[in-house]
Amino acid sequence: MKYVDEFRDGALAKSIAARIVRAAAAGRRYHFMEFCGGHTHAMSRYGLTDLLPRNVVMVHGPGCPVCVLPVGRIDMAIELARRAGVVLCTYADCVRVPASEGLSLMKAKAQGADIRMVYSAADALRIAQEEPRREVVFFAIGFETTTPPTALVVKRAAELGMANFSVFCNHVLTPSAIAHILESPEVRELGSVAIDGFVGPAHVSTVIGSQPYEYFAEEYRKPVVIAGFEPLDVLQAVEMLVCQVNEGRAEVENEFSRAVSREGNARAKALVAEVFELRRVFEWRGLGKVPYSALKLKERWAQFDAERRFGMSERSVPDHKACECGAILRGVKRPADCRVFGTACTPATPMGSCMVSSEGACAAHYTYGRYRSAA
Amino acid sequence: MCLAIPAKVVQLKEGDQALVDLAGVRKEVSLALVEGVRTGDYVIVHVGYALQKLDTREAEKTLALFAGLAAEETA
Amino acid sequence: MSPARQDYVRPIDFKRGLVDMSHGSGGRAMAQLVEELFLRAFDNPWLREMNDQARVPAPGGRLVVATDSHVVSPLFFPGGDIGSLSVHGTVNDVAMAGARPLYLSCGFILEEGFPLADLKRIVESMAAAATEADVSIVTGDTKVVEKGKGDGVFINTTGVGVVAEGVEVSGDRARPGDAILVSGTMGDHGVAIMSLRENLGFETAICSDTAALHTLVAAIVDAVPAVHCLRDPTRGGLATTLNEIARQSRRGMRLREPAIPVRPEVAAACEFLGLDPLYVANEGKLVAICAREDAERLLAAMRAHPQGRDAAIVGEVVEDAHHFVQMQTALGGSRMVDWLAGEQLPRIC
Repeated sequence: MKYVDEFRDGALAKSIAARIVRAAAAGRRYHFMEFCGGHTHAMSRYGLTDLLPRNVVMVHGPGCPVCVLPVGRIDMAIELARRAGVVLCTYADCVRVPASEGLSLMKAKAQGADIRMVYSAADALRIAQEEPRREVVFFAIGFETTTPPTALVVKRAAELGMANFSVFCNHVLTPSAIAHILESPEVRELGSVAIDGFVGPAHVSTVIGSQPYEYFAEEYRKPVVIAGFEPLDVLQAVEMLVCQVNEGRAEVENEFSRAVSREGNARAKALVAEVFELRRVFEWRGLGKVPYSALKLKERWAQFDAERRFGMSERSVPDHKACECGAILRGVKRPADCRVFGTACTPATPMGSCMVSSEGACAAHYTYGRYRSAA
Repeated sequence: MCLAIPAKVVQLKEGDQALVDLAGVRKEVSLALVEGVRTGDYVIVHVGYALQKLDTREAEKTLALFAGLAAEETA
Repeated sequence: MSPARQDYVRPIDFKRGLVDMSHGSGGRAMAQLVEELFLRAFDNPWLREMNDQARVPAPGGRLVVATDSHVVSPLFFPGGDIGSLSVHGTVNDVAMAGARPLYLSCGFILEEGFPLADLKRIVESMAAAATEADVSIVTGDTKVVEKGKGDGVFINTTGVGVVAEGVEVSGDRARPGDAILVSGTMGDHGVAIMSLRENLGFETAICSDTAALHTLVAAIVDAVPAVHCLRDPTRGGLATTLNEIARQSRRGMRLREPAIPVRPEVAAACEFLGLDPLYVANEGKLVAICAREDAERLLAAMRAHPQGRDAAIVGEVVEDAHHFVQMQTALGGSRMVDWLAGEQLPRIC
């Protein structure tokens, strides 16, 4: 696979790793947070931790949109799906997320709710066209990567004059999450670990560009290196971060230059701005209420907004008491530090956000790395 | 969820659609979010949509960076 | 009514006819379906007796019995269909004991309204698969459920075979130091099936690898009679099968990712879908575990067989109290290859 295989080359991985080992100064620790769930997954899947020196520690951030979806929002989706005549279309990633009363979308489906897994927002629109007598709702989740496709289908639905299609919008924003990690009221309770720099998300950045991270670099004096999706990209970004720290720099660097520019994708951004606006506040699982961190449909598109269309009311459901996701998402604790990790909370029976999706810190550690703790 | 993959555009179709190819696997995706794409270009595909065109020159520069060959950093 | 037409029964219209409730009720319509379709396709002396059971000679050696139900959707796919799958699946389960499969039974659960043309196609495919595998379908059953209560057709096959004395192939026999081999490329069947799901919409040239593996097993047992384990990695893929064996044998495993054969198109399809080929189903491949000193001989025997051309040694069995299956990745790092957490894919076999 061109532009894929070359970025997974084992020999190159070793040589980048050797450079990191040489650059990482003995006697100090480097903590870097990778924000994007895809990076967490790449690190686990390829065993990149084994290639890094002991004093370079990767901290997993809240970059998995499924993981940060609060229980209340899943409850709302389930309630929608149970209404007569409704077809709820969802990405497959959401179906096992545990909600209230021991339910999940998958369990609700087993009980008879018409819930269908789709690969793309366009599939949901197609189902609405094929079944005009059903109310088709698209359960939209994701960071800035997935938001433009949702914007497209809302506009398309309007063009086609569709009367049976709507979107249950749970799109969230990356920069707000990063800011919240660095500075929030919960920091006092949960503590915070000194994060020396960030590995910036790959595909979110293709849309928003590298420009939005400049604020963090300046304001908090933390380097940000945007990394591509492949394991060599991640390793290279770590090397670049180590060098920035050593040289006392706090800049935005772009390792993913083959797909990310400073401005990003102007067309996609314009589409999103046309269809969505900021919610004043939105609750994130594990992080609590975060201001200006999520999107909703603009008034102009109200008829396609499932929350308004179906008169849905917001629900706030607290996480399980034993769940340490809040601290884990901030990098203060590791999955193995959580009391219920690997026992009550496993990928098959997830209790909190970090275990829910394969990109979550706990799920990744359980699936790929728990042998390290067991040894 | 975060997964996206670079694929080669092999055929442009009507309505902003295109056929992309990755090692012989073909998929129809939407080009509605990108501009100026031609057959032979590589695009990054995510949930059925092309998000961005791949800059092949930058890709080569990044590979050189991996090998420790680039004199300047890409920024 | 004229005498010449008294015995005349109109033949079943296989072109346009549909299954209806009478085909499962035990009456004339069912008898006609059995005779005009199943008997004609599977034809053998036992079926011709037209009993509810088959009396077959008791084979020498130990009896091996296996059963499998098939619910694959879609019913027809590149490289096979639910019919050939149902024959191969059970033939393989029997064969994985190091046994020679001999007889199959088949039970059909048909949904009211299912096109008879499709049923005929499936049955003829089963007949061809059985003939090629040198097994006889000696008894069967047919039921019909109301429309909406079945997915077109479900098939159960039960197989009986015989294994020679002294051949002890079992999932609990993996020992530290043993070599782990696979007979060919991983993930072909699952990807072939998924390529047909409307909402995944990609076209590939990948065919299901569904095949009867008993002659490959015979070649394996011939070359290495002391082979420890054999299993076909069907639903859940190679990863699931290895975890099963690890648990049964109470050992761990260490794999090498670059050694595991995967076709480039399968790898690419898995990239599109966010799947790991290690967890994608196979229907014409097997895993073999043998003592280290027998590994090269086993590999040669597999590669000499048409179904084992791409066979490879992919890892080894180790002592491990946690029974973890771990893998060294192409980049030199290490990761676990864990059990699947819950159902990840729609039914594919």
